Amino acid sequence: MASNNIYDTFVASLTQWIHNGLYHLLPPTWALIVELTIIGLVFLVFYALVGLFLVYAERKVCAFMQNRVGPNRVGKYGIFQTIADFIKLLMKELVLIKNSDKLLFNIAPFIVIIASFMAIAAIPFSKGLHAIDFDIGILYVIAVSSLGVIGVLLAGWSSNNKYSLIGAMRSGAQIISYELSVGMSLLTIIILAGTMQFSEIVQGQQYGWFIFKGHIPAFIAFIVFLIASTAETNRGPFDLAEAESELTAGFHTEYSGIKFAFFFLAEYMNMFIVASIAATVFLGGWMPFHVWGWTRFNQVMDYIPPSIWYLGKTAFVIWLMMWFKWTFPRLRIDQLLTLEWKYLLPINLFNILMMAFIVLMGWHF
Amino acid sequence: MNLEKLKERILTLVPEAELEENKQFLTFFIPAGKLHAMALRLKEDEDTAFDYLFCQSGADMGKYIMVVYHLESTKLGHAIVLKVKTEDRQNPAFDTICDIWRTAEFHEREIFDLFGIRFNNHPDLRRLLLDENWVGYPLRKDYQDEVNIVEL
Amino acid sequence: MKEDIHTPVPSIEEEEYHINMGPQHPSTHGVLRLVVSLQGEIVKGLKPHCGYIHRGIEKMCEKDTYPQIIHLTDRMDYLSTHINNHALCLLVENALQIEVPERVKYIRTIMDELCRIQSHQLWWASFGMDLGGLTCFFYGLRDREKILDIWEETTGARFLQSYYTPGGLMQDIHPDFQKHVKEFLKYFKKKIRDYEKILSGNVIFLERSRNIGLMTKEEAINYGVTGPSGRGSGFSCDVRKHHPYALYDKVEFKEILYQEGDTLARYKVRMDEMYESMHIIEQLIDNIPEGDYTAKMKAVIKLPAGEYYQRVETARGDLGLYCISDGNKTPYRLKFRTPSFSNLSVLDHISREFKIADLVAIGGSLDLVIPDIDR
Repeated sequence: MASNNIYDTFVASLTQWIHNGLYHLLPPTWALIVELTIIGLVFLVFYALVGLFLVYAERKVCAFMQNRVGPNRVGKYGIFQTIADFIKLLMKELVLIKNSDKLLFNIAPFIVIIASFMAIAAIPFSKGLHAIDFDIGILYVIAVSSLGVIGVLLAGWSSNNKYSLIGAMRSGAQIISYELSVGMSLLTIIILAGTMQFSEIVQGQQYGWFIFKGHIPAFIAFIVFLIASTAETNRGPFDLAEAESELTAGFHTEYSGIKFAFFFLAEYMNMFIVASIAATVFLGGWMPFHVWGWTRFNQVMDYIPPSIWYLGKTAFVIWLMMWFKWTFPRLRIDQLLTLEWKYLLPINLFNILMMAFIVLMGWHF
Repeated sequence: MNLEKLKERILTLVPEAELEENKQFLTFFIPAGKLHAMALRLKEDEDTAFDYLFCQSGADMGKYIMVVYHLESTKLGHAIVLKVKTEDRQNPAFDTICDIWRTAEFHEREIFDLFGIRFNNHPDLRRLLLDENWVGYPLRKDYQDEVNIVEL
Repeated sequence: MKEDIHTPVPSIEEEEYHINMGPQHPSTHGVLRLVVSLQGEIVKGLKPHCGYIHRGIEKMCEKDTYPQIIHLTDRMDYLSTHINNHALCLLVENALQIEVPERVKYIRTIMDELCRIQSHQLWWASFGMDLGGLTCFFYGLRDREKILDIWEETTGARFLQSYYTPGGLMQDIHPDFQKHVKEFLKYFKKKIRDYEKILSGNVIFLERSRNIGLMTKEEAINYGVTGPSGRGSGFSCDVRKHHPYALYDKVEFKEILYQEGDTLARYKVRMDEMYESMHIIEQLIDNIPEGDYTAKMKAVIKLPAGEYYQRVETARGDLGLYCISDGNKTPYRLKFRTPSFSNLSVLDHISREFKIADLVAIGGSLDLVIPDIDR
C-alpha cells in the first residue's frame, strides 16, 4: 500500500487549502474558473520545464553514445544550454513565406501543442495527483493525442514547399497507421486490468506490475507499444518525416523561430506522454515495486515517494527510446508501413486473443 | 593475344587506320568519317573485343585538334589507343560513340565544354563543368582570359 | 520552385515533378546538384549538374612543372591523396626510366594502403549517417583520426600531404612510424568488428540496401564504373592486380569481387577491402629496408617528347594520367581520368524506379567525391 509520505501529504493539503480559500473568497463560478486557470498554468510551467530538461537529456545521452561529451559550457555541466537555445529561437526572425496559406501556417504548431497538452492532463503523477480522472482515461488519451496529426498535415500543406509536403504526407500515413498498434496494445492491458480508468489501473498493480502479472502477452504488448509509440512520435528509426539527410527538415522546413520551437517542444512532450503511458499502464505508474507476500520488502519500497517512482519509470522508458534512436539507421516509408500492417497488426490481434484467454482461465499472477 | 597478331587483326578490321610508331600502346589514327563504324567493329569482333573505354581525352596540338580514345578488353586483356583529328579549328566535329560505350556520354560533354569539339548524334550535348553562359573553350592553346587566368 | 529555364530537365509527364538536391545538401558529399524527376516517391530520372568546384586543374598543369603538379593532384580526390601523388610520380619515373630505391617502394605501398583504409572509414561514417544511423559518423571519424595522427607525425599534415615527389619521398619517415602503424592495426582490428555489429548485421540496414541500385557487370564495364563500385558487380578491375606497380606484385592480397551488384554488395566490397589493406600493411611493415628515401633526380625534370599513360587504383577506382609531353619541363597536355567521373554517369541509370530514400543510399554506395569529378 503506498504510504502517505510527507511530500504527497503536503501537496494534498496545499491544494485543499487553495480550494477552500478560493471558494471562501469568490462566488462558486469564479472560484472554479480561477482554479482551472491555476491548474492550467501549473501544467504549462511543468510542460515547459520537462521539455527543456528532455532536450538537454537527449543531447547528453546522444553524446554519451557517440563517445563525446555533449553540452558542458553553458552553466555547470551545460544545464542552461536549452534555455540559451530557447532565447535564441525567440529572437529569430519569423520568415514569412510568399503564397503560403497564412491562417493554416500559423495555427499548425498550436494544434500540435494543444493535442499533447490535453493528453498530459489525464496522467496520474502520484496518488491523487491527477488533473482529470475520466473513467475512460486511456481512450481519452489515445483519442486526444491523435489530434496532433492534423497539425503535421497542415504544416506540410500550408508551407507551399515540395519537401514539406512529402514530409507531411509520409508523417500522416505513418501516424495514422501506428495509432492502431498503440490502441490495440493498450487494449491488451485493459483486458487484464478490467478498467480504462487510470487510477484504477495503477491501483490494480498494487501487488505486481502488469508487465509481470500478464507475463507473455503483457510483455509482447509492451514491446509492440514501444515500437508503435516511437513511430507515433516521429522518433527513432521512424523519423523519416524529418530525415535530415534526405529532405532537409520535412514538414517543419519552413518554420523558424518560436513556431519551430513549438514543433520541437511538442515532439519531446509527445515522447514524455508516451513514456508516461507506458510507465503507468505496464510498469505500475506511481506504484512502487511490490511482490506479493514479501511484506518487509514492500515496506522498504514504500519509503521512496510515489512521484519519484513515476518519474523514474518514465525516465527509464525515455532512455530506452533515446537509445534506439541513436543506434539504428532509419526505415524507408514503405518498410515502415509494411512493419505495421503486415507484422505488428497480426501480432497485436493474436496477442489480444491470448490475453483474453489467459484472463478467462485465470492464468495470470 | 600478342601485339603482332593484334596489330594484324586490327588492320584487317579497320583498314584505313594508320599506325603510329614507338608509343606505349598500339596507337592508330583513324579517319574522322569512319570513326563510328570502326569503333563498332572493334567492339563486336571476338578477337579484339574492346568493351571498356577507359579514357577519352581531347588535345589541342596547335595545327590540329584531336580526340584520343584508350580502349581495353576485359576478356582478353589488351589495350590500344585510337585517335581522330581535324584541322578545322572553327567547327571541329566528330561522330559520337556513346551508343557503343556509355561512358563516353560524360567524356564527350566535357570535351565539348573545354575544347569546343561537337559530337554528332550525342543525346545531350551541353556544357558539363562550366557555366552555360561561358564563352570560349579554355583548354585550347589560343584561349585568352584576362579575368580568370593570371599569366606570370 | 522556379526552374532554371536554360537547363533542359527530364521530361515532364503526367504527375511527375522535379526536386532539386544540392548543391548544398546534407547527403550529396560535396557540391553536386541533382535535379531528380519524381513520380510520387519513385525516381524516374535524374540529371547531375557538376562544375561547382571546377578549378581548371588540367589547364594549370600546362603551366606547372612536374613537382608542382604533385600539389594539384592532392586536391582532386582529397581522400586518396597519396595514391594520386603516386600516379604522377610513377608517370615521371617510368617515362625517365628511373628506378626508385626499395625503401621508397615499401613506404609508398604502406602509405597507399593506409590512405585506402582512411578513405573507406570516412565513406563508412558518412554512409551510416545518410541512412540515419548518426552514431556511425562519430565512430568512423574517431578511428580515422588515428591514421591522420600517424601522417601528421611523418609528413606534417593531416590532409593534403603532398608527401611523394618524382624520384622518391619528400622526407624520410618518422622513427616511430612503424610502431604507431602496428598499434593502429591492432586497435582497428577490434573496432572494425564493432562496425560489423552496428551496421552490417542490422536488419534495418540490410533491408535498405539489399537489391537496391542493381548494376550488372556489362553495365559496369559499359559505363566505366571501376573501383569497389564496379567490383560489387563482378567487374574485375583492380589495377593493383592487372597492371601492378610499387610492390603490389610481391605482396599477397585478394581482389574482392561480389556478383550481386546491389548497394549491399558495394558496401561489403569496401568493408572487405579494409581487411585486405590491413593484411598488406602487416606483410610490409616489419620489413622496410634501409636506404635512401629518394633517387637522384636532376633539378629540372623534363620528360622526353611522347605520350605516357599511368594507372593506379585509388580508393574510388581506376585513376589514369594521360600525358602528352613535348620535351619541356611542363607537360603539353595532362589529362586526369578520374574514377568518380565515370561512377557518376551510372547514377541516373541505376536509380530509376527506386524511391528517393534509396537514391541517397545508392549515391552513398558509389562513394563519389565531387572534386574528383570536376577537377
